[in-house]
Amino acid sequence: MTTKPKVSKAELAEQFRAFIDPDFVITDDETMKPYECDGMSMYCEMPLLVVLPETVEQVQRVMRICNENAVPVVARGAGTGLSAGAMPNKEGVVLSLAKFNRIIEIDPLARTARLQPGVRNLAISDEAAQYGLYYGPDPSSQIACTIGGNVAENSGGVHCLKYGLTVHNILSVEMVTAEGDVVTVGSDGLDSCGMDLLALMTGSEGLLGVVTEVKVKLLPKPEVARVVMAGFDSVQKGGDAVGGIIAHGIIPGGLEMMDGHAIVAADDFAQAGYPRDAKALLLCEVDGTEEEVVEHIAQAEEVFRKLGATSVRTSQSEEERALLWKGRKSAFPAVGRISPDYYCMDGTIPRREIANVLTQMEQMSERFGLRVANVFHAGDGNLHPLILFDANVPGEFERTEAFGSSILSLCVEVGGCITGEHGVGVEKIRQMAVQFNDEELQQFHDVKAAFDPAGILNPGKGVPALRFCQEYRSLEHKQHQHDHTEAAHG
Amino acid sequence: MADISQQLQEQVLQARNAGHKLNIVGGGTKAFMGRTADPDAGTLDVAGHSGIVDYHPVELVLTVRAGTTLTEIEAILAEEGQVLHFEPPHFGDGATIGGTLACNLSGPGRPWAGSVRDQVLGVRLINGKGEHLRFGGQVMKNVAGYDVSRLQAGALGTLGVMTEISMKVVPKPAATLTLVQDMAMEDVIHYMNSRAAEPKPITAACWHDGKVYLRLSGARSAVEATAEKWSGEVMESGEHFWRQIQDMQHDFFTGDDPLWRFSIGSTAVTPALEGPWLIDWAGSQRWYRGAGEIRKMEALAKAAGGQVSLFRGGDREGEVMHHLPEALRGIQRRVKNSFDPDGIFNPGRLYSWL
Repeated sequence: MTTKPKVSKAELAEQFRAFIDPDFVITDDETMKPYECDGMSMYCEMPLLVVLPETVEQVQRVMRICNENAVPVVARGAGTGLSAGAMPNKEGVVLSLAKFNRIIEIDPLARTARLQPGVRNLAISDEAAQYGLYYGPDPSSQIACTIGGNVAENSGGVHCLKYGLTVHNILSVEMVTAEGDVVTVGSDGLDSCGMDLLALMTGSEGLLGVVTEVKVKLLPKPEVARVVMAGFDSVQKGGDAVGGIIAHGIIPGGLEMMDGHAIVAADDFAQAGYPRDAKALLLCEVDGTEEEVVEHIAQAEEVFRKLGATSVRTSQSEEERALLWKGRKSAFPAVGRISPDYYCMDGTIPRREIANVLTQMEQMSERFGLRVANVFHAGDGNLHPLILFDANVPGEFERTEAFGSSILSLCVEVGGCITGEHGVGVEKIRQMAVQFNDEELQQFHDVKAAFDPAGILNPGKGVPALRFCQEYRSLEHKQHQHDHTEAAHG
Repeated sequence: MADISQQLQEQVLQARNAGHKLNIVGGGTKAFMGRTADPDAGTLDVAGHSGIVDYHPVELVLTVRAGTTLTEIEAILAEEGQVLHFEPPHFGDGATIGGTLACNLSGPGRPWAGSVRDQVLGVRLINGKGEHLRFGGQVMKNVAGYDVSRLQAGALGTLGVMTEISMKVVPKPAATLTLVQDMAMEDVIHYMNSRAAEPKPITAACWHDGKVYLRLSGARSAVEATAEKWSGEVMESGEHFWRQIQDMQHDFFTGDDPLWRFSIGSTAVTPALEGPWLIDWAGSQRWYRGAGEIRKMEALAKAAGGQVSLFRGGDREGEVMHHLPEALRGIQRRVKNSFDPDGIFNPGRLYSWL
């Protein structure tokens, strides 16, 4: 934990202005306002100040000054995160990497791209397209989110079932340590000597270092991609079909599922022609060579029919494929239209538990008196329940949070985890105590201290202080017993 | 086929209390790797900690005790038509999954299928304080807490004793075929990388002694159509060839000459060293046989954008892993201390200073 900062806001700003364009050392509330939260806008905090350096050397100097003075530093990319990982610290500096937005080099033969951390995820694929290449991980926020943030969160996306997460698609990361040193972990080679610090850095939520450059792998764009849409009259059948297709030996490029609420909302919004009476809908994308796709599509259609699909439709053109995906991609805003607010969860479960967990979630929905819609990455068991609520109704957000907590506990109980891709941040920090015991959490704190002895990097995020955990576990335990009693009596 | 984790935990605690060090040993097939084991350290035998903990073929996830042999794992997967995507090298029948992860060893498909580190989803390990901890899990996506599981890859057991490993498995490809043709070493880097940049089912690319070998795997129709379009003869003994590369049984790997592993940029110019080379992973991994001084080799590897290690033979009292800059050394030392504050596990095996 950090100690009280040793400098005032004015002193700190003055020190930064000595080497950073004074217009980009922001200290007034009005200009700082947009930085008060990330994509998880329920959690807000105003920082002490915001700084936008433009060279690695400036980042180093910022870190040295903050380290010497015990000032917290929260690194920030595009601020699209969904766990309040980039929420400012009120006694700290927001270090925006927005000016590091250059694609330094694309090497088409080696299939790599060297990037500054503020490059947008989609911009990489856009730039690589001229060589027939693209960057694999495609989080839903890819139009806005940055590669630096992707490294911090180990972002996935629709296609990670086949093409992997950020950790599988990067070669090296240059970072500035808490003490202001520049180090490179990884190399142009695929494996490096010694313990895998690159993996440790990936998904570390800005707690171990500030990423200043990333080298990513690029993939050849598949010759063709087609999508099979299958409707089912029960969540059980839809859930079983997810395992069925994978057990058949097909690894789809993407395998997404929607429940009845989401199907109707998405279809209203996108006019995608979804089967509106279905209780579960699967979108299964198969990509590869022409021959492979023809072979796998035929198999997928057959598997879905055998497993009781009430409707099966395969895209016959790029336009049709885009239309079928449009519904899925706009599902979140579509659900947004049917509710004043929604809260997106991110637990992951073993695929075999999909039907069970969705059914239990329906029961919880009735108990909490809040609707829930499900649109998620079924192929890797990554759920995104959207709890619908109205923040203007007193107590409703608190009830939403409690509902969300119960969902995450259920995920852990069936062998899954509390976050698949959104990260822990502030939002899920209490639930860490459900997934890990005190010794494990202490090990995390010790790893953090190995990188950041003064504890200035994104303090208070990711790993909870142990003193809060015991209390939370006993609360959860009581709630859980209550749930079971209710279920038994209900 | 037993769970001896409690016994292992007790042995670690005893060593800690007595101020002893421990060399972790599984099947003992990788004793030649890393620096020479500390002769004064005791042995912590994990081979007895073996067996399948959990396997759901539909989930494509397998959880095993760390001392389980690769042979046993592969036999069980084969019954379900599944395989380990990272094609682990077997340096002997006793080779275990724990040792494979600790050494981060992967086979010829690594650039496409990923490494053992890429497939790992979770581990349980006993740290130097004797605590039995669980990290990661059994699901594909999990960003809760730091990725301690993958951190173990390449750590050569210096952070703790792994007791359980969960990993992703995959269906065996429906068809596999190998194409071979003559090619000079100076032309092969461009050729292999160009092929890898095409959206075709390529899953291995290797060059040795004037011949380039490309492997295609996946849907039968795709493999056959690609083989028709690309040059090269279909190699009847393709499977045998790749198995020999995977297990280092190929002639190139025999004999006592020092074996250097260059893990470098796939398109980098091959370092100017006289002697035999074997190029694998479409250029990302290049093996060299011959005497050399590690500092000189490091300079060559660095110029090629990567790192070098003295994989087998040569001077194993000195450093065998690529030198790290001071800041990274400091981080590794502190990470080591965070897991193993008394320096119990595999002292000096990875680096003289760790």
